[in-house]
Amino acid sequence: MSAPDTTAIPFTVNRPLLTRSAGRIMKLRVEVVALDCLMVRLFDEIAEANMPWLLAASESLRAAFAGHLIDLVPSYTTIMVHYDLTALSPAQARELIAEALIDLSPNARTPGKCHVLPVWYDLSVGPELSLLARRSGLAVDEVIRRHSEHEYQVFALGFAPGFAFMGLVEEALAAPRLGTPRKKVAAGSVGIAERQTAAYPVVSPGGWNLIGRTPAKLFDRERDGYSLMQPGDTVRYEAVSHAEFINLGGDDTPLEAQA
Amino acid sequence: MSRLSIETSTPLCLLQDAGRFGVRHLGVTQGGAADWRSMSWANWLLGNALDAPVIEITLGGFSVLAEEDCVLALGGADLGAKIDGEALAPWRSFRLHKGQRLQFTQPLLGARAYLAAPGGFDAPQVLGSRATVVREELGGQDGMGRPLTQGRSLSYSGSSLMLLRELPADQRPDLNLAAPLDLVLGAQIGEFSGQSLFDAFNSVWTLDSRADRMGIRLLGTALEYQGKPMISEGIPLGAVQVPPDGQPIVLLNDRQTIGGYPRLGALTPLALARLAQCLPGSKVRLKPVVQEVAHREQVEYLRRFLDR
Repeated sequence: MSAPDTTAIPFTVNRPLLTRSAGRIMKLRVEVVALDCLMVRLFDEIAEANMPWLLAASESLRAAFAGHLIDLVPSYTTIMVHYDLTALSPAQARELIAEALIDLSPNARTPGKCHVLPVWYDLSVGPELSLLARRSGLAVDEVIRRHSEHEYQVFALGFAPGFAFMGLVEEALAAPRLGTPRKKVAAGSVGIAERQTAAYPVVSPGGWNLIGRTPAKLFDRERDGYSLMQPGDTVRYEAVSHAEFINLGGDDTPLEAQA
Repeated sequence: MSRLSIETSTPLCLLQDAGRFGVRHLGVTQGGAADWRSMSWANWLLGNALDAPVIEITLGGFSVLAEEDCVLALGGADLGAKIDGEALAPWRSFRLHKGQRLQFTQPLLGARAYLAAPGGFDAPQVLGSRATVVREELGGQDGMGRPLTQGRSLSYSGSSLMLLRELPADQRPDLNLAAPLDLVLGAQIGEFSGQSLFDAFNSVWTLDSRADRMGIRLLGTALEYQGKPMISEGIPLGAVQVPPDGQPIVLLNDRQTIGGYPRLGALTPLALARLAQCLPGSKVRLKPVVQEVAHREQVEYLRRFLDR
């Protein structure tokens, strides 16, 4: 068994496409993922500095594939291109990718939106506040202060509609996922997993360490763009009182009562 | 407008179309008919767009009563369909007169039947599609992702003045086919052990009962991935991912949009259409195929819907 035969196409899984951008040479790899999908791999590690490049590449790919694009799925280090197989062969799709990404410049696009998400940090809706405090040796108030101090990048959307993976949480607050995921996590729950943080748009199962709840509507089919947050946006959490949380439409039903 | 009233249903009876596209970057799954081929033929029998909304009936337990004379079409599994007790074979359009009952009893061949109506069943478009995704509360008859339920009625607006058609025998998908399932090799294929690559394509896999519209687990020799842990990335329809326990999972229409398990590759659309008709306990084999060859086959297959 050997790797797929790709000799007839412009570049292969192992032979990187080089693009010269702003004096920096990036190694891009294009990989086969399915009959009508290719993966563009730009980086090997998660980093906030990846985002301008991923956004520029996404924009460029959308323009190049235009009506032949079915879906573009960006993630931390990659962009999956799902194209119309009735319009393009795999070789033609690879050519479009190569054309789109040559001379890529991360400066060419407008920056993402900055969101402020109000959060009611409380043990009744964020039971792992005490766990994170214990792990870090910090007081609960200090955990809250540190979580809400940083401006996070939205790296990717996935798991559920409007679920935004954000980071990076400082090392002291990082914690592995729960050994046994909860069957039911309330909508708006804010959590931490490793060095990432996120808010659950709808009720769902989940294994993140919960620290609070936001009243913000994260996914709304009536909203233009549907999802409050998009990759490349930045997010700051703002601690609010119980009264403010309720005023903003938050549901303060304790987690246990919902299970 | 014509109507059918639903007399019995199950959580596995769902309104579907070809799926929801253009929103996957927001974490919204693809959805859509698990066996796109049978859905397409059911629609073709009525002269519909191939992706017009249909009813996906998994395993049976569904019955409707005609409130008016209707012409409908049936593709996919033989779920022991009966009109007022009289057997109805799939791959044809048929009349259902006012007051007649169409009933799906139990799987005789295959797992999923597709019921089509002229112009497609009515449902609101949600994020560009009618596909029901229960988990995401999107699509379906009420737009909120609910399965079809007893007491509701199904309507359609297309005209049903047409001749009845039957799919020629040589065009009917063979739901009993024992041929291996084609798998387009993916980028991590070289990161599995040599023994695992041999096992993946030379052993028999049993479909686990842990199967739903998100994925189907394959039971057999555990496969060993030797590469680095992966960072979550987009996952295509049909991806065969291998979690740490070594038992592959074929990801279907309602899968999560990104994931971090290594993959052998992805089944071709034709292989997926066949897999969607397999019941738990069925045995399958996998066969590697390169992307270009699979692409040509798919394009040729799609021509069949245009030729006739």
